[in-house]
Amino acid sequence: MPRAFTPKIVTANDLLEGDVIYQTADDRWSRHLEDAELITDEAHAQLRLLHAEAQTGKVVGAYLADAAPSASGPEPVHFREEFRRTGPSNYRHGKQEHAPA
Amino acid sequence: MYSYTEFDKAFLAERNAQFRAQVERRIDGSLTEDEFKPLRLMNGVYLQLHAYMLRVAIPYGTLNSAQMRTLALLAEKWDKGYGHFTTRQNIQYNWPKLRDIPDMLDALGKVGLHAIQTSGNTIRNVTSDHFAGAAADEVADPRPVAELIRQWSTDHPEYQFLGRKFKIAITGAEQDRAVIKAHDIGLQLVERDGQQGVRVIVGGGLGRTPMIGKEIRDFLPLEDLLPYLEAVLSVYNLLGRRDNKYKARIKITVHENGIDEIRARVERNFAMLKPQFSGTDQALLKQIEAQFAAPAFSTASLAAYESAYTNDPVFRSWADTNLAEHKAPGHAIVTISLKAHGETPGDASADQMRVMADLAERYSHDELRISHEQNVILPHVHKSDLPAIHAELKAQGLATANVGLISDIIACPGMDYCALATARSIPIAQEIATRFDELKLEHEIGALKIKISGCINACGHHHVGHIGILGLDRAGVENYQITLGGDGSEDATIGERAGPGFSAEEITGAVERLVYAYLDLRDSAEETFLQTYRRVGMAPFKAALYPETQREKAA
Repeated sequence: MPRAFTPKIVTANDLLEGDVIYQTADDRWSRHLEDAELITDEAHAQLRLLHAEAQTGKVVGAYLADAAPSASGPEPVHFREEFRRTGPSNYRHGKQEHAPA
Repeated sequence: MYSYTEFDKAFLAERNAQFRAQVERRIDGSLTEDEFKPLRLMNGVYLQLHAYMLRVAIPYGTLNSAQMRTLALLAEKWDKGYGHFTTRQNIQYNWPKLRDIPDMLDALGKVGLHAIQTSGNTIRNVTSDHFAGAAADEVADPRPVAELIRQWSTDHPEYQFLGRKFKIAITGAEQDRAVIKAHDIGLQLVERDGQQGVRVIVGGGLGRTPMIGKEIRDFLPLEDLLPYLEAVLSVYNLLGRRDNKYKARIKITVHENGIDEIRARVERNFAMLKPQFSGTDQALLKQIEAQFAAPAFSTASLAAYESAYTNDPVFRSWADTNLAEHKAPGHAIVTISLKAHGETPGDASADQMRVMADLAERYSHDELRISHEQNVILPHVHKSDLPAIHAELKAQGLATANVGLISDIIACPGMDYCALATARSIPIAQEIATRFDELKLEHEIGALKIKISGCINACGHHHVGHIGILGLDRAGVENYQITLGGDGSEDATIGERAGPGFSAEEITGAVERLVYAYLDLRDSAEETFLQTYRRVGMAPFKAALYPETQREKAA
C-alpha cells in the first residue's frame, strides 16, 4: 500500500517584509497559518507550489510544509513551523508581537 | 585605527549605490530571486526564518565610538532596538526590511563600516585577537596586517567565486584568543632573530568535519605574506572540490591531499607570484601601521582603584573576572560581558551600545573591540577609571562578572532565527546560565567554556568548547549532543562526543551532573575543568552523564 500523503501547506517569506506568509485556497497570502489552504492531495500540492513559485515579485523561497488539520485550521507538525508561525523564544518579536498574550 | 581614504570612501559609496539599484531591480521584477540572491549575499543580506538578516563586518573586531553609535542607530531606526554580536566579529540585525537595507548600508558607510563579504564564497571578514594592540603577551599588533588582508581581499576578482567560503584569522600572541587553528588560514605574528614574520596554519575548520589546522610554514617573512596567501588561495582554487558543497572547504583539500603535497604546490606557486609583488603592498602596510600606533598612555594614582578593590566586593568580583593584563603600566583591558544570566548571549540593546561607545570615548582612547566570544572590550583603560566604568556598566545591566566562567556561553542564533538551524541554542544558554547563577557556584567552578551550536555547521564553536553542545533534530524533536574536552586555544583540540543526546528538558541537568562530577574529581581548586578532563579522561564524566547505564551495568 502506498504511504499516506501527509497534508501540506504552501509557505514562503514575503519579498519586502521578509516575514512568514501562507498561501490560502482563494489565492491570497496570509500572515496566519490558520488561513492557509490545507492540501491533502499530492498532485494538487505540486500545482499549488508551482503557482506560489511563479509569484517571484511577491514571495521568496516557497515550499511545502507538513501540517495537520484542526478545528481552527492547519496546525504545524514540526517544531520549525511552530517557531515560524510564532517568532523567536528569547523576545516577544515576530508574529507573537501582535498576538494576544 | 584605520581611517578610510578618499579611495575607500568612493569605493564603498559606489558599491552601496550598486546594491541599492540591485534591490530596486529585484523589487520591480527585473531580477529573479535566483539572480538576486548571490548579489544580496555578497552584501551581507540573508533571508532567515522570520525576516531578512543583515550581517555587518567589524573588521578584526575593532570599532571606534562613532561606529558603535551607528550600530546603535541601525538597531533603533531599522530594527527592533538591538543587535547580535557573532562568533566571527560581526553584528547581525534580525529584522530589517528589504527596502531599508540600502539606507542602513549608507549609514554604515558614513562611519567606515560595511557588510561586504560577510557571506558568500569569498574571503570573509578577517578576524583577530580582541586584545590586539593592548595585550601584554603579543609580539606585535596584528591589526595592521589584518587591515592589509582586508584591503587585498575585498572585491578581489580572483576570490569572488571560490569553491566555498574562506576565513582568515590572525593573532600577534602565543596565547591564541582568535581560534586561528579553526580557520581556513590562521596566522600568528612571530619574531625570529629580530625579523618579523608569520607562522602560517592552513586547513582548520569546524562544521560537519571538524579539523585542527596544520602548520604549512613555521616562519614566513612578513613582506612575503600577500604573495604567500595568493599561493595558498591559488592551490585551493584549483584543487578544492566543487562537486560536493560539504567537501569544498580547504580543510578537506588539505586532508585529502596531505599537508606536504599542499605545501609543495603552495611553494611552487609562491615562487611564481613573489616577483609580481613590487613592494607596493609593503608601502601600504607602513601607512596602515602608522594609523595603529599605540595611544599615549597616561599615568595616574591607583588609589581610587585600590580602595574600590578593597572595599567593594561587587567591584572586586568583577575586576577579578573581567579584567586582563595590559601592556602599559597602570592599565587594564576591560571585558564587558554580554552574557547577563538569562539574557541572549551576544545581544546588546541600542542604549547599551551607546553607553559602551561613551565609555570608550571617555576612558579607552575611543576604542572598542568585539570578541569572538560575543563580548565587548574596552582595550585601553587606566585602572584609576575602573570604579567609574563599573558603576556605569552596572546601571545598564552590563557589569556581569562572569568572563571565562560557565555562564559566559557562546551560542549561535539557532532555530530562534537561523534558517539552517536544526534546534534552538539561545534558550539552552539562557537556562544553563540561570541555573548556575542560582546555584551560586560559578566562581567556585572557575574557568569553563560552554559553546552551543544549533546545527552541525558549528557557528557556536561547540567542537572547541570544554563542554560543547550541539542541537539536532531527532525524529522531529530537539535533541542536544554533548562533546567534552574541546579547546579553542593554542592547544586546539576537537571535543569528544560523550554519548546519546539529551532532550531540551534534560540538557541543563546533564551539564549540572558534569560540573558536579568535575568538582568531585579535581585535585585542587586550581585544576580547571579542562585539565581534570585531560587527566582523568571521558569515563567518569560519562558515568555522571548516564547514571542509568551505570546502574544497568552494576545489576
